[in-house]
Amino acid sequence: MEDIITSKDVHLSYGNVEALHGISLDFEEKELTALIGPSGCGKSTFLRCLNRMNDDIPNIHITGDIKFEGQNIYDSKMDLVELRKEVGMVFQQPSPFPFSVYDNIAYGLRIAGIKDKELIDHRVEESLKQAAIWKETKDNLDRNAQAFSGGQQQRICIARALAVRPKVVLLDEPTSALDPISSSEIEETLLELKHEFTFIMVTHNLQQASRISDYTAFLMNGDLIEYGKTADMFMNPKKQITSDYLNGRFG
Amino acid sequence: MHEIFLDELRKLNTRFMGMGIDVSEAIEEATQAFVEHDKKLAQSLVKDDQKVSRAATKVEKRTLKLMALQQPVASDFRNVISILKATGDLERIGENANSIAWETIRVKGNPRIPEVEAIIKSMAKKVNFMLDQILKAYVQDDEKLAREVAQKDDEVDEEYVKARNLIITGIKQDPEAAVASSSYFMVIRLLERIGDHVVNLAQWVIYKLSGELVDLNTKDTDEMTEL
Repeated sequence: MEDIITSKDVHLSYGNVEALHGISLDFEEKELTALIGPSGCGKSTFLRCLNRMNDDIPNIHITGDIKFEGQNIYDSKMDLVELRKEVGMVFQQPSPFPFSVYDNIAYGLRIAGIKDKELIDHRVEESLKQAAIWKETKDNLDRNAQAFSGGQQQRICIARALAVRPKVVLLDEPTSALDPISSSEIEETLLELKHEFTFIMVTHNLQQASRISDYTAFLMNGDLIEYGKTADMFMNPKKQITSDYLNGRFG
Repeated sequence: MHEIFLDELRKLNTRFMGMGIDVSEAIEEATQAFVEHDKKLAQSLVKDDQKVSRAATKVEKRTLKLMALQQPVASDFRNVISILKATGDLERIGENANSIAWETIRVKGNPRIPEVEAIIKSMAKKVNFMLDQILKAYVQDDEKLAREVAQKDDEVDEEYVKARNLIITGIKQDPEAAVASSSYFMVIRLLERIGDHVVNLAQWVIYKLSGELVDLNTKDTDEMTEL
């Protein structure tokens, strides 16, 4: 498998405070990589660098190299809309827009300039099916997306991210606001979808990382401590500090 | 998510059963080779003596991975642990069957003692039946059958004692028989041990189903031989 996103020596500072101290991490295509680490370790900050979600934060300074399919995403010529179409995102709190399910899913397509109603219809159905929420929404496409349960809203958000057919989906603790059953269902959906998409997921839930990810990166205090295959890391991590974190001795 | 775990568990069970069937065949063929003095068959059996242990290692690796990555609890946990422990017993049974095949190749000397060979045949038949039945109990989640199988081990133990006495009598009658007898002692001991491992398997079936850790291997056969 090829690396779809590569990052080299990424430093990020908020004013005088450096939050990432030079992270180099590559992500394989069509694999699910989990980013784990204690609160404040920089995992979400790093995730948000991958589709330039940190750009609007005042006094932020990012150096290093992040490439998507070989192209430097911090290049001044980079089209942000185009980048986020390829590298989508799902957040911790389900965040459907306050309009219908259909319009939520169609939103990105319309922004991308697609006007063909038939194509939009097709993509809405396909994406809702991929996110395993079609059954619950197919007769309610006009209903306000915010009227669904938390787990269903998060699935709608996943469908919204998938509708523009991204290559990579960034997931920032996608199930931490959900009940165990909804979380489990979303995990199952991600497991099925990872054959088609590349997922990079920040999670506080170590069991979740062990259950569904192929690769795991352990970050601490802004540094990448260890990276490897999830099975290797959970059964025999290379570093004592990784073992201590996985065993819940701190964090 | 649970469906995915169960799917992996089913695969593990299938591998475990496959191993069980191989081991069962190995006992049958090894004892057949021994009592029929078929060194050729024995040689073909020891040729790939690592087959069962390779299969066991594969099952163990998958089990450990499942435990580390899925963290099963309650009945799922008991299921996974039972496979892990039962695989160890199956592997030992496979090794014992192998030792019988080796003994067939090593055995020298005549005369033989036909009565002893008849008992060896009978012991092999019994442990083979026990193993097949315990695999059935495992797959069908049948605790009652598991307990019945464990009880059958008493018969194997009795034959072991009987065989031992017969061998001793045989040597007394014809000291020339002592050479072959060292192999007889070895083989009846191996068969008796196989019976004990089947009892262990029964214990794992019971643990899987009830969570109860029982000890069904109560008799000490070394003490029995003193009788």
